[in-house]
Amino acid sequence: MPPASEVTAGRVALPSRAASRPPAHDFSRKYGWFILPALIVIAAVIVFPWLFTLWMSVHDWNVTGDHRFVAFDNYRRLVSDERFLESVARTFWFTALAVIIPIALGLWAALTFHRHFPWRGILRTVFVMPMMATPVAIALVWTMMFHPQLGVLNYLLSLAGIPPFAWVYSPDTVIPTLVMVEVWHWTPLVMLILLGGLAGLPTDPYESALIDGASRWQMFRYITWPLILPYVMIAVVIRTIDSLKVFDTIAVISQGGPGTASETLNYFLYLQAFQFYNIGYASAVVVVFFVIIIALSLLLLHLRQKTKWNA
Amino acid sequence: MAGPTGYSAVGGRTWRSHLGLWLSVFFLVSPAILVFLWMLSLSLKTEVDNTAYPPVFVPSPLTLANYIETFEKNRILLYFWNSILVTGGAVIVGLLVGVPAGYGIARSRAAKSAVVILIARMTPALSYLIPLFLLFQMLGLVGTITGLLITHLVITVPIIVWVMIGYFENVPRELEDAAFVDGATTWQGFALIALPLARPGVVVGAILAFIFSWNNFIFSVVLAGKNTRTLPSAVYNMLTFEQLSWGPLAAAALLVTLPVLLVTVIAQREIVAGLSSGGLKDG
Repeated sequence: MPPASEVTAGRVALPSRAASRPPAHDFSRKYGWFILPALIVIAAVIVFPWLFTLWMSVHDWNVTGDHRFVAFDNYRRLVSDERFLESVARTFWFTALAVIIPIALGLWAALTFHRHFPWRGILRTVFVMPMMATPVAIALVWTMMFHPQLGVLNYLLSLAGIPPFAWVYSPDTVIPTLVMVEVWHWTPLVMLILLGGLAGLPTDPYESALIDGASRWQMFRYITWPLILPYVMIAVVIRTIDSLKVFDTIAVISQGGPGTASETLNYFLYLQAFQFYNIGYASAVVVVFFVIIIALSLLLLHLRQKTKWNA
Repeated sequence: MAGPTGYSAVGGRTWRSHLGLWLSVFFLVSPAILVFLWMLSLSLKTEVDNTAYPPVFVPSPLTLANYIETFEKNRILLYFWNSILVTGGAVIVGLLVGVPAGYGIARSRAAKSAVVILIARMTPALSYLIPLFLLFQMLGLVGTITGLLITHLVITVPIIVWVMIGYFENVPRELEDAAFVDGATTWQGFALIALPLARPGVVVGAILAFIFSWNNFIFSVVLAGKNTRTLPSAVYNMLTFEQLSWGPLAAAALLVTLPVLLVTVIAQREIVAGLSSGGLKDG
């Protein structure tokens, strides 16, 4: 297996992949047949849905399949739909929390697991397990843990002398609580990305810093941090995308409630499409959603280019 | 990962730094342990203990009644089999089309095709569902295993292609060039030289695709019929439509996630290598 650092090097340099040899005709002549089957599959299950969604979004479409062209009516309706606009604001709030906290904790975890200590392998596996665990199953366990009277979390709080918390049963605390579940699931992914970055760090700067008598914090602040910043940016992009699309935990734990207090964009979309069967309207939501995701990703990738150190 | 001596080895190794390290490890690992152990505990306790306050942590008496009830009242084995068919099929098709594509993209440096994969990674899975649902209605695929398998390709193909690009890029091109000089075809260069060298990548891609396809539930919630549900969506339905007590629910939750947790433990080295290099998950 190639060391992770090597794989990472190729990955970080993604934009440069287009550079130099071989010439373009080489692509279709020699390697076209390798890509064709995947291209057909991707066209069928990914590109076709994109185009079809775009088409549906300018139609009034109900579940029986009757549809008529309405131009941009669906989009106009979106702009004045309070419930939609609130779900967008809520999604951004959720995303801000669900990006910053896992990045901070993930950085701490990566610095910790980068060190050598007994049982590191086993403990790292335990730490990584939440991101592999089936979200629906885990959400079920959280639901039971959040129970106001019988839940184990309020019991643990009471041991520490803290009064019971409302968790997902209050509009004020439901988003932070769902963020906590998201943090539990996805901090390991951030940790793994940053661990890949730490594994590829050069040793020389640390040696000279040590000779110069630098403190641990100074070494982190002036050597480690600038060098792993590109990886932090990758993690930020991935966390942003995933937080915007959060669905599983909300569907199981709070179903968008109480009221609409945890109805994020993706859950709003689900309700419109598969509970209310407003197919055309839901398609317009998808298009707007898609634009938001692409815009934010491009913005973040642009920032990442600026922080590149090995360019 | 035994990388070059990094931040750690140069720092001081005093007892204080050891204490800090172990406190960090304890704080980082305990949330995971708490949730998994609590799931196990709930699934092994009697209903009386599960609804007791203060909560009972160590099951006594230990009981398997929850598991027996889960198996008796639900067709767990059928759902398990459905999950195997859907996930297994989607991973196999994903490998068949994804591995050659990863090779083609890596060798021709067709960065533009990689962008499609990236965008697919960004799109919410739900957004594929509306058009595919309508299409499947026309084709009569709603409620079939085949239909579900096709939607799961949305998850498996991008993961496998993405992982394979990285691995094939690390196979030196010169080896194949030497074979081409000796008259090998492009296909032989792929199948006999590059593929064997990139085999760890196939393992990583297959494992990640398996895990994220297995964990997906929304496709099955919308598209599956009563007899074609996958395990995660069957458990979701238990929660919403049947009033079950905690014990059997926890038992079912544990059964759903057990296969992926086992895979994680067995293949942890491959997973760490694969994810620390690209960081992806399902749509």
